[in-house]
Amino acid sequence: MNRYRIRTTTSRALLLVFAFIMSAFFALPLLWLLTAPFSTQANLAVKIPETPSLANFEAVFRNKFAIRALFQNNLIIGGGVMVLVASVATLASYGLSRTRVPGRDVLVYILILFSSVVSGTAAMVPLFLLIFNLGLIDTYLGVILVMTGGLLPSGIFIMRDFVDSIPRSYEEAALVAGASSFRMFRDVAFPLVRPGVMVVAIWAFVNAWGAFLIPSVLLRSPEHMPASIAFYSFYTEAGTPNLTLVSAYAFLYTIPVLLLYLIVNWRFGFRFFGGIKS
Amino acid sequence: MERRAIFSAKVGFLFLAPALAFVAVFLLYPFVRVFLLSFTNQTLLGTTAPNPEWVGFDNYRRLFDFDRWMRLGEFGSALKITTQFVIGSALIGQVGLGLLIAWAFYRKKGVLRETVYTLVIMAWIIPETVVAFTWVAFLDRDFGTLNALLDAVGLGQPDWLFKHPLESIILFNSWRGAAFSLLLFSSALETIPPSYIETAEVAGANAWQKFRDIFFPLLRGHILTDLILITLWTFNVFTPFLLTGGGPARRTELVSIYTYRTAFHGQHEFGKGGAIAVVMMLINFALALVYLSLIRRRRVHG
Amino acid sequence: MSQITFENVVKRFGSVVAVDNVTLTIGEGEFVALLGPSGCGKTTTLRLIAGLELADQGRILIGDRDVTYLPPAARDVAMVFQDYALYPHMTILDNIGYPLKVRGVSRAERARRVTEVARELQIANLLERRPSQLSGGQQQRASVARAVVHQAVAFLFDEPLSNLDAQLRLEARAFLKHLQNELGVTTVYVTHDQAEAMALADRIVVMRLGKIMQIGTPLEVYRNPANTFVASFIGSPPMNLLSGTALVGQGQFVMDDETVIDMGEVYRRMSRPPLDGQEITLGIRPEHITIHAEPHPHAIPGQLYVVQPMGGETLVNVRVGSKLVTVRLFQDEPPALPDQVWLKPALDASFVYGADGERLS
Repeated sequence: MNRYRIRTTTSRALLLVFAFIMSAFFALPLLWLLTAPFSTQANLAVKIPETPSLANFEAVFRNKFAIRALFQNNLIIGGGVMVLVASVATLASYGLSRTRVPGRDVLVYILILFSSVVSGTAAMVPLFLLIFNLGLIDTYLGVILVMTGGLLPSGIFIMRDFVDSIPRSYEEAALVAGASSFRMFRDVAFPLVRPGVMVVAIWAFVNAWGAFLIPSVLLRSPEHMPASIAFYSFYTEAGTPNLTLVSAYAFLYTIPVLLLYLIVNWRFGFRFFGGIKS
Repeated sequence: MERRAIFSAKVGFLFLAPALAFVAVFLLYPFVRVFLLSFTNQTLLGTTAPNPEWVGFDNYRRLFDFDRWMRLGEFGSALKITTQFVIGSALIGQVGLGLLIAWAFYRKKGVLRETVYTLVIMAWIIPETVVAFTWVAFLDRDFGTLNALLDAVGLGQPDWLFKHPLESIILFNSWRGAAFSLLLFSSALETIPPSYIETAEVAGANAWQKFRDIFFPLLRGHILTDLILITLWTFNVFTPFLLTGGGPARRTELVSIYTYRTAFHGQHEFGKGGAIAVVMMLINFALALVYLSLIRRRRVHG
Repeated sequence: MSQITFENVVKRFGSVVAVDNVTLTIGEGEFVALLGPSGCGKTTTLRLIAGLELADQGRILIGDRDVTYLPPAARDVAMVFQDYALYPHMTILDNIGYPLKVRGVSRAERARRVTEVARELQIANLLERRPSQLSGGQQQRASVARAVVHQAVAFLFDEPLSNLDAQLRLEARAFLKHLQNELGVTTVYVTHDQAEAMALADRIVVMRLGKIMQIGTPLEVYRNPANTFVASFIGSPPMNLLSGTALVGQGQFVMDDETVIDMGEVYRRMSRPPLDGQEITLGIRPEHITIHAEPHPHAIPGQLYVVQPMGGETLVNVRVGSKLVTVRLFQDEPPALPDQVWLKPALDASFVYGADGERLS
């Protein structure tokens, strides 16, 4: 009994130490983002500024190029990807879930694997030519379509969990009550999967918001560049970054992502979405 | 109960059609196209841009020129660096951290767990350009937080990105991607009925025995699924470019960065880029097949 | 209100035959229970009527209309689901009114008719709430209200009481029977609970592995179970089924472990008696056995196993050879019995089944 008490106390202390080390490892690299934007002369050190200032943000807002990147280009690209991925993934996972498709789980699994194989820079080579041939180089549409194609399999994977959790009797009740397939989808199925649609939409938006590789390959003109690339406008001609402005811009760029995370965490609890039955 | 259909196959197909179109155009077509591309000398600029010529296996011969391919900045070197990077940051770093944290906080609620989880997830969702900057600051020789800490305990101030660039990006990528494994494992752990663990506890099993005898066998499928996805993603990841640009002296040039440099810089050699892409996809496919066969073997043995 | 007819209906799922050549007529205004263990095809039969499954062979008629290939919407039936299927994103008012809404009934008319039905079902005060704010019993009533409001030609119930706790279930059972008496709508009711089927139905259809084992009024299936399956399924505690050999000449039944039961006149009164030496099963309901502390003529010996007081009655389990025999005593006080007891079956009330499980009479 006494030994058991000692053991539980020890394991609790161990957990505390472990939690501390992990928190430090994951938090320390981010601290700079909290201090540098507010100091007038930031360098790479984490130092709480003696007189916190918002002057850096003023300077950032004077950079028209960077501001348009953040508040226009990023919103257009993120919004487009969000709408496309959420709607196409919802329809697809619903169709998959509610039709008798043999080997459906395996199908989705293979799709995920395939999209993981055809991704990154390797896929960018043929995708660049595809977008080039379609005449969509340096357009938002080209970036949105390529991103949607890449995110869709995982989007369907996430959505599947939500769709599968809806009891079929809801839809059957609507059918027996006299609704057509599409009316049933509109009145019953869609409202019920709305949380899933929201999660997929936010997930797609956050992915598109932070993307660097795809826009840097598919876009040319400065006025189309998203924020991930607009950082280069805070570099001097010699190619060194103006750290105070970079940090302030990074701060602004990160806020929407954190807000969306908080929304998802508050509404649904941030967890692993997507069937993980192997 | 078996899965019941709500609609006919025809209506179901209408729901699936947009997704099928996207998959066909943005996954299947590029996959096929890149094979054809890899046998040409297509470039973005110059005479071969409008009229690429069929060059057979030339691009592949250039990749596998064994006299020089292990030199920094060549394909063999990129493959070797990528392998080290995948093993270090994905298999050990991300999967290890994810499993460790999920296991440590199994069936625990409260501030401690919330704090650790939130921080791990932050590292995962903040835009890649931003974390690249914060890591440059974190690893800086003179001002970085890491060296400030190491200096305080008398371990000196190594120049991480210059002297230990590969270790740096491995550490970085472990940090960046641990969240996926953590979330996957913690929701997998939730599917294990508490009574399984309680039975073992009543029988007198210690933490290691519980992990080895109950969690590990039950989670094997999830671990394999996680390994397969993490391996493929890490193989293709481009983010370290933002930290090191592949340098110094191409010492962190992963295959993804090598491809980028070949196809989207300088000469814009799409043909050669396509050949690299083909080799990468084949390696990815091989890896996926190995894991899938492991999963299937598990099923056969029940 | 219509009669429902099944003509040689077959439904397969892959290699499983869920409904195996079923022919059945459910009369106008009749309350029929489909009873059987899980996987017997009762739910599939119900879903075939609703149009949620389509038959592979045969015809289904509602009234004079062939509905075999009609979608659910065109069949004009109402269904109550096991989990009630009340939409969490709609109020109870909107839930009950949904079948009317789909049919284009105006908002005001919908509210009027829903309120009327809700008043009858005593849930009028809950109409503004969401399903999650209702108790299980209230949700059950709301889902019944959704079926009633629709004025359908038939009601289909899929185990509607199985999610309620024991006490509420009895209450809801009485309520459903009363409602059906009032409305007189043709009703098909799926359950695996024989007591529920007995209490509610005008006729019971006992199913097993997609086939109909027996159709009859509750009393008919209880008094004359056509086969060992029905015999073991209807009645609680279930009938004692003893397997053994018929010695017709000696008027005896020899149980597998050699215990001999004197069958008296039983074989002689049968128009189709078993052959001498044929394997048969003897069925005796627990209430048709008396138990004695002393040896008794025509009684078989057994060892007292346990005594289970049930309140109004007492169940006694006795080991006869390798078999446990249940005896039901209509007395609240458990009897004082020695370890060695004698059982005397009332042979007039016993049943003889052949090796194929079908009744010999």
